[in-house]
Amino acid sequence: MKHHSILRVVSKLLIPPIILYALYVQWHGDYGPGGGFQAGVVFAVAFILYALVYGVDEMMRILPPRLLHALAGIGVLIYAGTGVVTMLLGENFLGYNVLAHDPKHGQEWGIIVVELGVGITVASVMMSIFIAFACHNPPIKDEEW
Amino acid sequence: MSADLLGIAIIDILLFTFLVVTAIAIMHLRNLFAVVMLAGVFSLLSASLFVTLDAVDVAFTEAAVGAGISTVLMLGTLALTVREEKKPAHSVFLPVLVCLVAGAALIYGTLDMPAFGSADAPIHLHVAPAYIERTPIDTGVPNIVTAVLASYRGYDTLGETAVIFTAAIAVLLLLGAGIRQSGKDGGKE
Repeated sequence: MKHHSILRVVSKLLIPPIILYALYVQWHGDYGPGGGFQAGVVFAVAFILYALVYGVDEMMRILPPRLLHALAGIGVLIYAGTGVVTMLLGENFLGYNVLAHDPKHGQEWGIIVVELGVGITVASVMMSIFIAFACHNPPIKDEEW
Repeated sequence: MSADLLGIAIIDILLFTFLVVTAIAIMHLRNLFAVVMLAGVFSLLSASLFVTLDAVDVAFTEAAVGAGISTVLMLGTLALTVREEKKPAHSVFLPVLVCLVAGAALIYGTLDMPAFGSADAPIHLHVAPAYIERTPIDTGVPNIVTAVLASYRGYDTLGETAVIFTAAIAVLLLLGAGIRQSGKDGGKE
């Protein structure tokens, strides 16, 4: 879609704020609405918008499917690993109190880390599924818009 | 105060009206592209309803997942199938009967529930006050929803994350991982 200048310009303008907002939602989840799940989806949407306008091949140059598949697993491992770490430190599985000197800070650290795991998994899963669909389809021709 | 309540009631009635209109339109349309778009509208209206219920976290999820990602993925699915729904081969009598019976059973089930917004509901007497009281002491996280989600109910959220991961594996197994074997046009028939 070479001649859709409006779509190209508007999407280029929109993508940086979308990513910034995703990061804000990710790290601010304990103060405002949102958290890893929502942030992951918003983050994935920025890249999906890019793929819709510039083609999925361009997106796969930045984020190869193999990397996304690995990240999907790494997110779950970060979450479960936090639980294992707390167990090694002598607490229950996912008992964050021991992660810092003060139980409250331990809780905050634990929540931030597991939310990061959720965010990584959700973002990479959404993008992998999108790529799986997009690569299966013949690209939409300009006349069909 | 009552002016506020009246405003909320008007917004609720408007949103529910749109919701019902969208649902009926989805039932009647045979063009699946329009159905997918209306499903996105339905999700966005539900998200607005969650906002009027002060459930902003849920509303955020519904807007991002239901209206955003799902619509894109449904359009991707549509491109793999056909754009028009086939006419049903048999009569609509049995499905309508099932819907009516199931709907009646669900409405009958709500009769036992406490009235909507009632302050005496069990959830407002035991569970909610305990979390509101304990969260600042235990975790110091201002957003109680986040504290419940990631700390008190950390096991559930770990399970949810694993479910999302499993969903990805299932889709990738069905559709292929998106790694093109050879050539630029990709995708088998």
